[in-house]
Amino acid sequence: MNIRSRTGGAPLPDLIAARQQAPAVRTRQGGDAGLRLISLLVFALLWQAAAMLLQTSTLPTPLAVLGRIVEESQSLALPQHLAITLWRVALAFTAAMLIGTAIGIAMGRWRRLDLFLDGWLVLGLNIPALVTIILCYVWFGLNDTAAIVAVAINKIPTVIVTVREGARAIDPRLMQVAQAYRLPPLTRFSRVYLPQLTPYLMAAARSGLSLIWKIVLVVELLGRSNGVGFQLNVFFQFFDITGILAYTLVFAAVVLLIEALAMRPLERRLSAWRN
Amino acid sequence: MLDIDIRHKHYPDRGGHIHTALSALRLSVRTGEFVCVVGPSGCGKSTLLNLVGGLDTDFAGHIRVDGRAPGERTGFMFQEPRLMPWLSVIDNVCLVAGKDASARKRAQALLEAMELGDVLDVYPGRLSGGMQRRVALARAFVIEPALLLMDEPFVSLDRPTANRLRTMLIDLWQRCGTTVLFVTHDVHEALALADRVVFLSAAPATMLLEHRIDLPRPRHPEDEAISHLHARLMQDHPTLLTGLVPPTGQPADEDALHA
Repeated sequence: MNIRSRTGGAPLPDLIAARQQAPAVRTRQGGDAGLRLISLLVFALLWQAAAMLLQTSTLPTPLAVLGRIVEESQSLALPQHLAITLWRVALAFTAAMLIGTAIGIAMGRWRRLDLFLDGWLVLGLNIPALVTIILCYVWFGLNDTAAIVAVAINKIPTVIVTVREGARAIDPRLMQVAQAYRLPPLTRFSRVYLPQLTPYLMAAARSGLSLIWKIVLVVELLGRSNGVGFQLNVFFQFFDITGILAYTLVFAAVVLLIEALAMRPLERRLSAWRN
Repeated sequence: MLDIDIRHKHYPDRGGHIHTALSALRLSVRTGEFVCVVGPSGCGKSTLLNLVGGLDTDFAGHIRVDGRAPGERTGFMFQEPRLMPWLSVIDNVCLVAGKDASARKRAQALLEAMELGDVLDVYPGRLSGGMQRRVALARAFVIEPALLLMDEPFVSLDRPTANRLRTMLIDLWQRCGTTVLFVTHDVHEALALADRVVFLSAAPATMLLEHRIDLPRPRHPEDEAISHLHARLMQDHPTLLTGLVPPTGQPADEDALHA
């Protein structure tokens, strides 16, 4: 019955409470930026030491990986594959958020629809990502559409669960204000309804990004001829660990930057009124 | 002219039984008149306002303003301020006033007149309860309402704050010529505000008594004249506040005594 527990991780109210406390934590983090930098340096040093000690081709030194990143960037191979992968992430993310939000709102709003779709949702939450990917490629062919659909399908159920929770928590008293003053439907939605859903949408977006960029690589590995996932597969065939680490580091860094430069400032702006 | 004729209003209670909230309730309010509705708690006063405000359309009967259903120029003030916490004070008022520049100017002028000029860009969560009600009052009047519905809007405020808000309300009402339907359980408040007070019975609410008040304004709930009037009413109609229909079977129409 309880679907939330199937999605794993903390229950949503905890997530949202943690998010609301975030500003205080963040300022403390700002003061401790130095420690974070030191931690990063120690990690690199340990890596370097281990590589020098083992002297094996399966663990290249950090400097070798850095050199490879520069090399792959100059040949434009890395930026091209990265751009294609990010484009797929963006499309799958947008589709999953839009579709998941629409269904989540509808299920939170209408009890009978919720009952009707609940079984499908449990099924969707429990199908392994690999199965969806294989089936999409078999049914829709080895093309980009199938790839993006497969990724989106993996994410949509968790968006639905989160947004449905938000739709159930909508304050009917504020909706009555909108009704009493006969606000036009669009205003009612954008200025009274949506702001109440924002914390849930942000939670869905953040967990969505972290899930999607991992699944996209699998999709590319299984059925595309470009993108970071495809490249990783090629490196794997040649046992090129330096290449694998080079692509992985750059891709992870880009995703972290998106999170830090887009998601977090957006969230801060949307929740400014709480402080 | 607001014309209310509710034959009955039912809704299922928690046990699934049908509960009759209102029955055979007729009330006419002149344009620009201030009518207070008083009744015991749970008698269906809020239900009545929800029906008039169009928040609930499931009832038998009709509600008309000048022959038509209550339209866009209807204001509503609830028991709680019910401001949007994510909108600043001015944006809360503009939300109902419309998007054009003239609406914004009107909202700002109104807020400044209500001594809220310093907090235009503040979020409601940072304001005191009294200030939040003032913003809610501004929101109700910024649309220059033809009809204003008020559901115990000054409940749980300290006395000076509530009195200040009442003075502001009467001031705005006199300037706008709004028809007001004001629900309260506080008889002193009703007598201080209204042109006419309507007493309702316990559920299903029907009208027990109508009383016209001819005392000059400004009045305050603590005025001696209000206390006198209150005492007289209670003496003549001892069962009025219990919401019980008087055992003698007095007629429920216009009361004979005037202050």
